[in-house]
Amino acid sequence: MTDPAAASGYRDPSPRMGFFTDTSVCIGCKACEVACKTWNAVPDDGLVLTGMSYDNTAGLSADTWRHVAFIEQRRPVAAGTAPDGEAAEAADGVRWLMASDVCKHCTHAACLDVCPTGALFRTEFGTVVVQEDICNGCGYCIPACPYGVIDQRKGDGRAWKCTLCYDRLGAGMTPACAQACPTESIQFGPLDELRERAAARLDQLHGEGTAEARLYGEDPGDGVGGDGAFFLLLDEPEVYGLPPDPVVTTRDLPSMWRHAAAAATGLMAAAAAAFAAEWLGRRG
Amino acid sequence: MSSSGVTRQGQQGTRPGWQARPERAARRRGRRGEQAMVPPAEFTSYYGKPVINSPVWHSPDIPGYFFLGGLAGASSLLGAGAQAMGRPALARAAKAGALGAISLSMAGLVHDLGRPARFVNMLRVVKVTSPMNVGSWILAGYVPATGVAAAAALTGRVPRLGATASAAAALLGPAVAAYTAVLVSDTAVPAWHEGHRELPFIFTSSAAMAAGGLGLLAAPAGQNAPARNLALLGAAAEAAAFELMTRRMGMVAEPYSAGRSGAYLRASRVLSAAGAAGALLGRRHRAVAALSGAALLGASAATRWGVFHAGLASAADPKYTVVPQRQRRADGGPASAEAG
Repeated sequence: MTDPAAASGYRDPSPRMGFFTDTSVCIGCKACEVACKTWNAVPDDGLVLTGMSYDNTAGLSADTWRHVAFIEQRRPVAAGTAPDGEAAEAADGVRWLMASDVCKHCTHAACLDVCPTGALFRTEFGTVVVQEDICNGCGYCIPACPYGVIDQRKGDGRAWKCTLCYDRLGAGMTPACAQACPTESIQFGPLDELRERAAARLDQLHGEGTAEARLYGEDPGDGVGGDGAFFLLLDEPEVYGLPPDPVVTTRDLPSMWRHAAAAATGLMAAAAAAFAAEWLGRRG
Repeated sequence: MSSSGVTRQGQQGTRPGWQARPERAARRRGRRGEQAMVPPAEFTSYYGKPVINSPVWHSPDIPGYFFLGGLAGASSLLGAGAQAMGRPALARAAKAGALGAISLSMAGLVHDLGRPARFVNMLRVVKVTSPMNVGSWILAGYVPATGVAAAAALTGRVPRLGATASAAAALLGPAVAAYTAVLVSDTAVPAWHEGHRELPFIFTSSAAMAAGGLGLLAAPAGQNAPARNLALLGAAAEAAAFELMTRRMGMVAEPYSAGRSGAYLRASRVLSAAGAAGALLGRRHRAVAALSGAALLGASAATRWGVFHAGLASAADPKYTVVPQRQRRADGGPASAEAG
């Protein structure tokens, strides 16, 4: 796997740091949301009733860098063994999925690629951060992100997103959300180590009969080259509002430039033809 | 299979596409050849919320910029050609039109920034992975060239400098007209990204139609034949490229025929047909030529507004993100390479 920090020109970068968010132990306490807002002084963006279970945060945005999703599913609960050893009966029940979403800090980050000012940059930790004194609010990064993470702050005009607590990382600290997580659903560390931990956890869950457990964003072979922040999910990604097969849009950019060059040449040819036809008509 | 309980709409399953069965979409594997058939819009989403964040670009700034940038770029070609072929009135109209259009479009561009005062940050770096950065550099060359070309044509002074500037503007003009298609395609917006092969041709054809329209509107009847030819070529090519694109895109093409974007694009087709017919039959009548030119300009603008709003519509509905991605995963594994 290519290390994005080394690929960006850092001579001796730190190991790539990231998050492994194990949603199977998330209890929906939103401590991550609060810790993030508090540490990063992210402004209030309104308190509204969404009607979406216990989720009034609604989604990641310029002013929400951690977002806890709540999904209530009515489904048969499998017969199994209760923690106290009593055999539990199969019954209808509610399965409550909770998951803390965050910027994925992609290996191939579209927001970073398309940023025309260089405001977005790759840090020595392999993360992706916006320099707010450079951003001119063009908004290009916003539709470029395949996950719907980065957004424009109203009244400010600039683009904002999770920095993976760049300031705390520089001081050798754990990002605020991971620090605050009471169940270690959010784990922070060197990405290689997190991937090993996630694989072990997945094996454990599969061994216990949770066949629907899956990792999301951990594969360096996926459309974004793997995420710096990846997840263990208990259902399809789109159930959590995540794209099932994201691709960095700039993967197709060479093809786009080729087609644009052909189209520009075609326009010149059309203009030449327009004059040639008239010239021939004048002579004939 | 799981299904949600109480939703905002009350009982479960009352809202189509709200709580659906993901395996339905996956079942359609191996049917690539039937892309024209719209897949059943059954998919799962998080409370119907969009997966991607919608562009924060506004109308009329951005679609207006696409239209005016195209008009300017193709007009520079028309102006340089008219000058070379001894059509001074057409040359003056096209060059002045190019300058006016690009000036207005620059105003729109800067106005749409979240921090307009920081516009020059665009030129802080040179970055080929950012079509907006590349475009800024193209404009940095194109705008002064267009200004000098127009000033020379209108005043009759500095003819040699004017000819050089006209040539430079004619070379950069097609790039101005084409790069905006890359700008929109290079996003996660389904209706834009999936059209990345054809959109450059749609944009340059639309630019040709607009510049031809302006020539018909502004040049005297004796000199407007090249403008008519360019407009007709543009109108035909745009229609062909659009047809090709929407056929290839499958269900992601829906926003191009539905809603606000669909209305713009239908208006574009009507205006384009009317303008082309008028240009073909009544070019020598000054009023008919002018009306046809105006219709062609309107058709080009409507195309840009239609493409713009189709992108917004496809970003706002998670269906256009989720269904094709599930299809892709079912067909060829994760993110199977599709560049080409």
